[in-house]
Amino acid sequence: MALLEIERLSVSIGATSILRDVDMTLDRGMVHALVGESGSGKTMTALALMQLLPHGAAMNGHIRLAGKDIATASESEMCRLRGAEIGMVFQEPMTALNPVKTIGEQVAEGIRWHTGASRAEAEEQARAMLDRVGLPPARFPLDRYPHQLSGGQRQRVVIAIACALKPRLLIADEPTTALDVILQAQILDLLKSLVAENDMGLLLISHDLAVVADMADRITILRRGEVVESGETVRVLSAPADPYTRRFTQASLHMPDRPAPKAASGTPLLSVGNLTREYPGSRIELFSRAVPTRAVDNVSFEMAEGQSIALVGRSGCGKSTLARMVLALDRPTSGEIRLDGQRIDNLPDDDALRQARQKMQIVFQDPYGSFDPRQKAETLVAEPLHLLDRKPTPVERRERVATVLERVGLSPDDMDKYPHQFSGGQRQRLAIARAIITGPKLVVADEPVSALDVSIRARILDLFADLTGKLGLAWLFITHDLNVARAMAEHVIVMDEGRIVEQGRTDDVLQNPQSEAARALVAASPDLRLILSGKLREQG
Amino acid sequence: MTIGQALRNPSFAAGLAITLAVAATALLSFAWTPYDASAMDIAAKLQAPSAVHWLGTDHFGRDILSMIMVGSRNSIAVALVAVGIGAGLGIPLGLAAAARGGWLDETLMRLNDLVFAFPALLSAIMITAIFGPGVFNAIVAIGIFNIPVFARVARGAALSLLRREFILAARAAGKSRSRIAVEHVLPNIANLLIVQATIQFSLGILAEAGLSYLGLGSQPPMPSWGRMLFEAQTMIGFAPHMALFPGLAIVVTVLGLNLLGDGLRDVLDPRLQEQR
Amino acid sequence: MLSYLLKRLAIGLVTLFVASLVVFAVLEVVPGDPARLMLGMGASEDAIAALRDQMGLNQPLALRYLSWAGHMLIGDFGRSYTYGVPVRELIAERIAVSLPLAVMALLLSMAVAIPVGLFSAARRGRASDMAVMGVTQLGVAIPNFWFALLLVYVFAVTLRLVPAGGFPGWSAGPGPAFQALILPALALALPQAAILARVTRSALIETLSEDYIRTARAKGLTRSAVLYRHALRNAMIPVLTILGLQFAFLLAGTIIIENVFYLPGLGRLVFQAITQRDLIVVEGLVMLLVATIILVNLVVDLLYAAVDPRLRSPR
Repeated sequence: MALLEIERLSVSIGATSILRDVDMTLDRGMVHALVGESGSGKTMTALALMQLLPHGAAMNGHIRLAGKDIATASESEMCRLRGAEIGMVFQEPMTALNPVKTIGEQVAEGIRWHTGASRAEAEEQARAMLDRVGLPPARFPLDRYPHQLSGGQRQRVVIAIACALKPRLLIADEPTTALDVILQAQILDLLKSLVAENDMGLLLISHDLAVVADMADRITILRRGEVVESGETVRVLSAPADPYTRRFTQASLHMPDRPAPKAASGTPLLSVGNLTREYPGSRIELFSRAVPTRAVDNVSFEMAEGQSIALVGRSGCGKSTLARMVLALDRPTSGEIRLDGQRIDNLPDDDALRQARQKMQIVFQDPYGSFDPRQKAETLVAEPLHLLDRKPTPVERRERVATVLERVGLSPDDMDKYPHQFSGGQRQRLAIARAIITGPKLVVADEPVSALDVSIRARILDLFADLTGKLGLAWLFITHDLNVARAMAEHVIVMDEGRIVEQGRTDDVLQNPQSEAARALVAASPDLRLILSGKLREQG
Repeated sequence: MTIGQALRNPSFAAGLAITLAVAATALLSFAWTPYDASAMDIAAKLQAPSAVHWLGTDHFGRDILSMIMVGSRNSIAVALVAVGIGAGLGIPLGLAAAARGGWLDETLMRLNDLVFAFPALLSAIMITAIFGPGVFNAIVAIGIFNIPVFARVARGAALSLLRREFILAARAAGKSRSRIAVEHVLPNIANLLIVQATIQFSLGILAEAGLSYLGLGSQPPMPSWGRMLFEAQTMIGFAPHMALFPGLAIVVTVLGLNLLGDGLRDVLDPRLQEQR
Repeated sequence: MLSYLLKRLAIGLVTLFVASLVVFAVLEVVPGDPARLMLGMGASEDAIAALRDQMGLNQPLALRYLSWAGHMLIGDFGRSYTYGVPVRELIAERIAVSLPLAVMALLLSMAVAIPVGLFSAARRGRASDMAVMGVTQLGVAIPNFWFALLLVYVFAVTLRLVPAGGFPGWSAGPGPAFQALILPALALALPQAAILARVTRSALIETLSEDYIRTARAKGLTRSAVLYRHALRNAMIPVLTILGLQFAFLLAGTIIIENVFYLPGLGRLVFQAITQRDLIVVEGLVMLLVATIILVNLVVDLLYAAVDPRLRSPR
């Protein structure tokens, strides 16, 4: 008998249909991936299994857990199942734990609730479980609070809570999306070994085909609430039967056509020398001296005109701080930054800085947070025109905005819309339009595609490549995703703990990393093409 | 969002209706009241509500409805000016604290603590002890207390806004801090400030009533709701209507403003707006 | 933990110091000649000079402040001009009414508001929640002294259950004293309870939408278990903030309410002192109330640390 059978599951909220006739089967000891883009209904499927759907949602169909239909179970029956038979791990570890309770209490709580164990017994079991997920007693006693742990450690606690009673079914909803690649690899390994050890079934929800290809035995692809294709993972991903699946896998593997880089000559466009940024440390005790932390530590590099460089590293390695200093949004503690040979790190807020800002702009990660929600696209895109020596007339302004909107693949008619009237991908185009309107030489792009769905991401990467050729722009891509680095940059710089540990041609560094940090990064980054070819070889 | 959509929010509609009615009554009192609000008629004293005197008369035979109508001017004027003082000084201070940070922020927050240690009533007591009683005390005391309230709201909202990426984008576009505060921050926190203003307005009405009840607010012969209640107190045994109606006037006015504030909070919430 | 406490304590002391400067400036410097002000228009020059001397007004300003603040620190608030007794004695006598009244009102307000907030949050959106919230909306709009008048009319004048005002003193035993305080405490507490209940409800509802609530539900906890075990403690943080602010309003409220019920407390005292221009009494009382408010805010800060471990220990 299958562990979990979902039959004709439909969910709607009011008149909006969220899921339609979803079928799925999961066996013991198996990993089944549920994959789709945002809005496809992945998370709703998980919440339906837990019967934790939002208020006002209506559900139809059958959900059988070990043969017993739980779709019609009462709330008190579900309370007995949740945590005991079905465990769940969530996407956002930073907020998934109660900040005012110790990790010991939070792991032991479920044990006591379901088994009626005494406090001491439950704590003993909680201790064993925390040991198992990689939080040893010496560094992680039970009386630690969540805020004393990092994101990866907190996700381990969440996994300990979910697995404390060895549930038959574990649901993991994008468990590593909020973590960097190295932590992602560790957490995925942990989940894999827990599944094998306890003969659990794991329902893994993800948007990342590389992760899924590595982890899952079977895969179900959802699109707009319906199952598009389902089957054995390697088969589905290497030879998709459905056109949507085919587009999806192709987008995940997409490499844009980049123009061949021109030979660099003359003064570098950007040169960074011995740059250091310290932040005042927080005092641990009243009378101890605060030790400043070095976010960026003695960093030097150069960038030629029209060159694309990727700055890669784990989260917290200092790459975003470096980018802010390059853009003169933050001041270095020591060292210098030159743009076109002129120092910009020590300019007062005046004309000279205004001149420099014309030559450099920025594109952010979050297409939602990077626009003032109360201004129209025209005002938003035109904002950097403020930097020009001669302010354009309203007519000229509209013309310039229209030109850049067309250049990034939007229509001049979009000028009078508000940000919320654009989709995520369109908003990122808008952000690019804003960045290029002054005709800059350098654009810094901070994780520009990591919040986007794969198909949109492929098109935005194409746009970057297109603009490089047409405008002769130099790009500094800041990313934790080596696939973006591979796709976009001829040169890569690897940062770790504030320092540059390695730099060189992208292919050389990523195929043959020399430093410890770069090797770890490459090893942890899943590469869909490599995983699929490896698995196909295994199967012969 | 149109006004028609907004009126579908019951709190907003009811609050707006009550508030407009109170404002209209105050305006009407300049042109017409049933009787002269200060005209005494000892022969007609302490009458219960009747067709002649709708809300009855007080111990001097003055018409209570007329006094309530005229008294509303006083309540509204004091609360309005106090909100103006609080918003006019508090919002710029709060924005400056959020945008500049550092010692300025710390100093302003400590000043906040200081003002919170002097509830409006204490300030009014000190001012009265020196300058004698008067409506000016009420305005200054309530106004001073409003400053840190607006400063805190503006600062808190601005801080969370200043972390957003569009602020960094504006800086990359060369905009100065003060220009960012005016162009990006203020329009985005205006909703919150409007809601806060209605709340402070209603608190101002309550505080003014309390002060004039104690004789620390407006002085005779100008009628005021608080003092009407003070005068009613000794006569509660045989003329309860004297206490009932001025109190109801306060409750209705404050309730209207609170409903309006609650309604505005929902109506102006961008999260709800985007769904529409 | 220690550095958090010391920082809060230091802030409290600085606030108190600046507050004392404000009071000193307003009541001792601005009036020009407090002696003349206190004695009124018709006073003879000799009497004014004598009072000036007695009040130490001929000394330099800084010295006057130091001596004023120094005496206050050791509990010497000066001698009342009208009563002719030390202000400290007046305060000691009157505080026996005001303090029990404020504490009773605070406890009453919490005892009503927190259960009501929990009840409403647990039934959010349902008819019972709407009804309770309607009542609190009304409660917020009622001025406490008007509510006091209504209570007097119903319970003292009509039903004759309790006295309409006055205070028998504690010497007659706690029974009659409490009876005299029950209506004033109710009048103070209920409008505050309405505010507190609304804050408790919205804090709970906000907390219930947090991710960790979903984690707790995924453990198998029932809705009500999640409410009591996880939401309540987190929701206490905004509730404490409001409680701290409310205490200041309660103290101010006692001044009004004592006048409604003719209670011989600090509120009556300060009120009489104003009419008699007894600035020394006004000064002492204002400083006492300000110091109490600052102290309560300090206690609230300590309670934050008790509720929220993030304030107790650095990362």
